[in-house]
Amino acid sequence: MSVTQLGMPQVRHGVGNIFETEPFPQYAKRELKNEQLRANLGFATHKIRTKRAAVTGELPDWEDLRTAGSMIKQKVMANLPEYLEEFEKNFTARGGHVHWARDAHEANEIALKLIRAEGVDEIIKIKSMATAETGLNEYLEENGVYAIETDLAEEIVQLGDNDRPSHILVPAIHRNRTEIRDIFRRKIEGVDPNLSDNPAELAEASRFRLREKFLSTKVAVSGVNFGIADTGTMTIVESEGNGRMCLTLPETLITFMGIEKILPTVEDYEVFLQLLPRSSTGERMNPYTSTWTGVTPGDGPQNLHVILMDNGRTAALADEVGRQALHCIRCSACMNVCPVYERAGGHAYGSTYPGPIGAILSPQLGGIENEYNGTLPYASSLCGACYDACPVKINIPEVLVHLRGKDIDAKKAKKGAPTQMDAIMLGAKTIFSSGKVMALAEKGLPLSKIVTGKDHKISWLPGLVGGWTDYRDIPEPPKQSFRNWYKKERPSESKRVSGERVDIAALLEKNKDKAAEAHAAAEAAGVDVPAAVTQEAM
Amino acid sequence: MSDAKAEILKRIRTSLGDHPQPAEPVRNYRKVSDKSEEEVLEMLIDRLVDYKANVYQETEETIAERVSELLGKSSRYVVPTGLKSEWLPKDTAARTRLVDSGNAKKSGALGVRELDAVDAVVTSSTVSCAETGTIFLTSNPDEGRRAITLVPDHHICVVPIDTVVELIPEAIKRTNFDQPVTMISGPSATSDIELIRVEGVHGPRTLDVIILK
Repeated sequence: MSVTQLGMPQVRHGVGNIFETEPFPQYAKRELKNEQLRANLGFATHKIRTKRAAVTGELPDWEDLRTAGSMIKQKVMANLPEYLEEFEKNFTARGGHVHWARDAHEANEIALKLIRAEGVDEIIKIKSMATAETGLNEYLEENGVYAIETDLAEEIVQLGDNDRPSHILVPAIHRNRTEIRDIFRRKIEGVDPNLSDNPAELAEASRFRLREKFLSTKVAVSGVNFGIADTGTMTIVESEGNGRMCLTLPETLITFMGIEKILPTVEDYEVFLQLLPRSSTGERMNPYTSTWTGVTPGDGPQNLHVILMDNGRTAALADEVGRQALHCIRCSACMNVCPVYERAGGHAYGSTYPGPIGAILSPQLGGIENEYNGTLPYASSLCGACYDACPVKINIPEVLVHLRGKDIDAKKAKKGAPTQMDAIMLGAKTIFSSGKVMALAEKGLPLSKIVTGKDHKISWLPGLVGGWTDYRDIPEPPKQSFRNWYKKERPSESKRVSGERVDIAALLEKNKDKAAEAHAAAEAAGVDVPAAVTQEAM
Repeated sequence: MSDAKAEILKRIRTSLGDHPQPAEPVRNYRKVSDKSEEEVLEMLIDRLVDYKANVYQETEETIAERVSELLGKSSRYVVPTGLKSEWLPKDTAARTRLVDSGNAKKSGALGVRELDAVDAVVTSSTVSCAETGTIFLTSNPDEGRRAITLVPDHHICVVPIDTVVELIPEAIKRTNFDQPVTMISGPSATSDIELIRVEGVHGPRTLDVIILK
């Protein structure tokens, strides 16, 4: 576990798959060349976005639900210890077992111990962000336990060698049907060798593969959408029925739950049950929602375990601006509206959590100074579409800007010496604060010819400013500055005395009637100049 | 208290050192329907059909015949113990009704492989939300345990008309969360391949809903 010294108290960041593995711009640049990925993502995000707009638009109280959702989450965060203990008490009273894990390693270890206690080396799994975050599948495999993903998309990703999810809702969206057919033909034992690429046939192939596993596997692992404190109830939303299979048929169920997933009461659940499906898949409701309150004799798993996991969540909670990232209900609405995600794709964000929410969640969970997480807060145009789309009103742009500041601070702390950016800013301050120095600096403009290519564009600059030219070309600068041009064209104009301030109020007073006079004159001449200009401009 | 628990709770309290005091949540969203019964029913049917469920409207007199027709002449189907037998057709030479005891540990319960071998299941339901097209099964004696509505490929679900409400909060109010709850909105479905919706993956591929007046 990495420890960041921020004076007292210590902030403990998480571990696992919450890091950017290389700088975002570098990864994104490579992904941008993947035409298939861009086409698939563009299609998917636009389609879900349109569906979502339709189903949120039909609710007259959508904004009231968002407000309630946001306020409930604030209340949860402010009283988290109380709700967690209440949940533990009620879940335990109903025959469940609660485990606490400081980080991903500890959560994985607890799960392995529970699985070994059942004497099995194969388990079934529901798609879960929490276990993707801890890297559970890989950990189990190293320890001789194979975890079978039962969500169709996760299954496709798992069967596709060395593949990774690219979207939190539709993890295999980067694959097209032909690729999926090829994977299934190669990997599913006993599958029809003439399996077509028809999605219905592919879904049937998955049913064929997994049915026996559902009927015979003793242990299932899941995440959870919400845990309700005052009843000890857990709930999972899904579509395919694989979730119901895992939650109902095995003898043992082990659930990973981030500590932020708590809701105080069933009355709060009714808000999120409306916010989540519409924001996520753009449907009024997902086909299946399951809730279970402890052990029910003769119905469903008789051994229920929940692992309450910190893994950097308390580090995020310590940041008064950034803690709102913990309100996230993993709906993926923000990535479906994000222009950066749409082009770069989910892999470029490195962590389990891609898109705008990933850009603020990963640096907070894993630490902005660790690995390449410091590049994530810049993976945004700050257009604000994610904020508009978020069902619980997480102000992602605000947190992005806040984290950029923290990134600069972290870099400064690491380097100690002034950065290139500091030097540039200091130089700019000197130049911009004096007209004379500015004029002198602009004399150098013709020199820019030296770095301009044949196409009259600058495509490479050294040092920090090179970060700009890595992804953009700069048009050739003009031969002379406006200041010089103006001096040449209007030599007789009186110069403003250096240091003199213009009295705006006096100027306005002096010219008060000029505009009216000009309009009257123009009207008299039969010319409607301003209107015509406006129209053309439009 | 485990070490991990004590440490996590301590970390949380430290992280909340600024003692945030958020306001009590404002709940201005709709909690009670302002629509007529007819409008709500129409909405439910519209939403169920949108989810590719088949919807029929029957009375106590006609329901058995409808169930018979939906089951087909030759089928083995399962029902929970509490289901009204008046809703069901008489067994024929080729059709067999199996009654599940409602507790996998009790005698009379079907094993998963037996459930996998039956053709259909008939159950009632607790409450249905029109706005989302969602039927709530709450493990009552006429709905049975979760496995019987999951493993068979065909679910015939009865929705008594007085159990239809418009809004999620109204449905939640009628739900007892002490028992396992399954909310279904249409048959099993996936959109994981090129976002094309396919009905039927691992849950029942056919959902027939009988609205009982």
